[in-house]
Amino acid sequence: MPTDTAIRARGLRKTYRDGRTRRDGGHRSVVALDGVDLDVRVGEIFALLGPNGAGKTTATEIFEGFRERDEGGELTVLGTDPGRADAAWRQRIGIVLQEAAGFDLLTVEEVLRNFAGYYRAPRPVDEVLEAVGLTAKRRSRTGTLSGGQRRRLDVGLGILGAPDLLFLDEPTTGFDPEVRRQFWDLVQDLRAGGTTILLTTHYLEEAEQLADRVGVINRGRLVDVDSPAGLGGRRHAKAVVGWRDQNGPQRLESADPTRTVLDLAARFGGEVPELTVSRPSLESIYLRMIETEESARPEGDR
Amino acid sequence: MTATTVTITTATTATTAATAPPAFALRLGLARGALETKQFFRSRMQMFFTFSMPVVMLLLLSTIFDYKDPDTGVSTPQIFTTGMIGVGIMGSSLQSLSLQIAGERHLGMLKRLRGTPLPKSSYFIGKIVMVLASSLGQTAVLLAVGRLFFGVRLPVDAAHWLTFGWVYLLGVTSCTLLGIAYSNLIRSADSGAVVMLPMTVLQFVSGVFIVFSQLPRGLQVFASFFPLKWLCQGMRSALLPQAYVHAEPAGSWEHGRIALVLGAWAVVGLLLCLRTFRWKGRKDG
Repeated sequence: MPTDTAIRARGLRKTYRDGRTRRDGGHRSVVALDGVDLDVRVGEIFALLGPNGAGKTTATEIFEGFRERDEGGELTVLGTDPGRADAAWRQRIGIVLQEAAGFDLLTVEEVLRNFAGYYRAPRPVDEVLEAVGLTAKRRSRTGTLSGGQRRRLDVGLGILGAPDLLFLDEPTTGFDPEVRRQFWDLVQDLRAGGTTILLTTHYLEEAEQLADRVGVINRGRLVDVDSPAGLGGRRHAKAVVGWRDQNGPQRLESADPTRTVLDLAARFGGEVPELTVSRPSLESIYLRMIETEESARPEGDR
Repeated sequence: MTATTVTITTATTATTAATAPPAFALRLGLARGALETKQFFRSRMQMFFTFSMPVVMLLLLSTIFDYKDPDTGVSTPQIFTTGMIGVGIMGSSLQSLSLQIAGERHLGMLKRLRGTPLPKSSYFIGKIVMVLASSLGQTAVLLAVGRLFFGVRLPVDAAHWLTFGWVYLLGVTSCTLLGIAYSNLIRSADSGAVVMLPMTVLQFVSGVFIVFSQLPRGLQVFASFFPLKWLCQGMRSALLPQAYVHAEPAGSWEHGRIALVLGAWAVVGLLLCLRTFRWKGRKDG
């Protein structure tokens, strides 16, 4: 086990029983993860992207030790199989679940102080309050917090144990743009402090801002892993050059757009009307990857 | 050289944490207990109903059935007071607790705790502490009402206080553990009937609403398998005059048997907790 790998998965599979029984008495099963190979390096922010039901949450919950994986394959998280993990392992991970509930009548500080007691070497509560921007709310009952503030409390609970590995499951859902920016700064500070982070998100912009590497998961399979700039061959993708001439708007896909623009400039003898040069956004690359996957499979294979 | 030292140190601390030393689990359990108790006393509605329900029932029952046993000089309201103390203990442990835990499981609170190094035993200890605190308050209210309105005496001497103490502690412990285990049967926070039905049956057959010696023999035997009957009998032995022992079907307070049955339920409850307790809800896989 190389020490620079935080999560290492080989042939990770998970099949759910459908609940309904087939006519022959057997159970229908749904494949949620269909042989995922994944390495998350120590110290990086790794984003897992994918449509709803693609297997993101299943994979994350297996890494967190909340779900059992199918027999076979290999999985180590911080050097341990999460299916057999103990309290010592839980000292080293932090989990940010979706929406804190169940302690509405306690204050922010009471909850944090109590949870801090579970860890051998917790971050100071004052420091955590400051980091998640809840210092002013420390004496408020958690039931009175706004959605965004509750979410920040979730994050505070996740980082309280000063984890080596932090799981962030759609952390900024429901944040306004300003709070989201602050949150991104916080995550980058954590990485700078040496925390490895596995992030799942719906927001491609968030993955692009934060992640060192992005993995796209679709129908239980890891379709591609790359940096946000290189995902899906984005680095080498053709740029689209647009302009207007006497026949109306024009578009041209070009592998070397600089040359195309120079040619156009020569043709127009100077300024090119309504000139644009655009490269495909992470979003369009991502959507294309998901669609290709959809159409690549025969309809009956569901 | 330095690297080796560091590795050894880490390995040692890891082992310590993995085995979760009892002192550590107990300290965390007490901290959780303090937090849960705080939460209980802040939840005004829950507190109000937990405290007022047995009092209202006691007052109603005592208004409807009020007569004095000529042989022993004990009045029915005095017997009802001891019964309601038993019901109160079981209500705040088995009944409210199993519903509360089912709710926590439903809200993902237990999943959150599962993601931390908190030992399971600390969670259980926290619940026992919270139930002790809430049921102690309730018992005090019932005793005060019984004393003010119906002439119930507090335990007369140290021996009676001792009886009161161990019956109370054993009752709370066994019913709390059973409540934690029972929460597995409650699928959602709103299926309270799963708890209410057996509780109501036990209240009728265990000498709470109806004086135990007046119940048909079959029901008496049936009730003897469950904790509530013994809890109420123990409370009668601590709070009623010695003369009432002749009204007991066994002709004795049966302290040994009370300890045995409640103790056995505590062991069963503990085993069920350790073996069947689930942090996750059903839909969480």
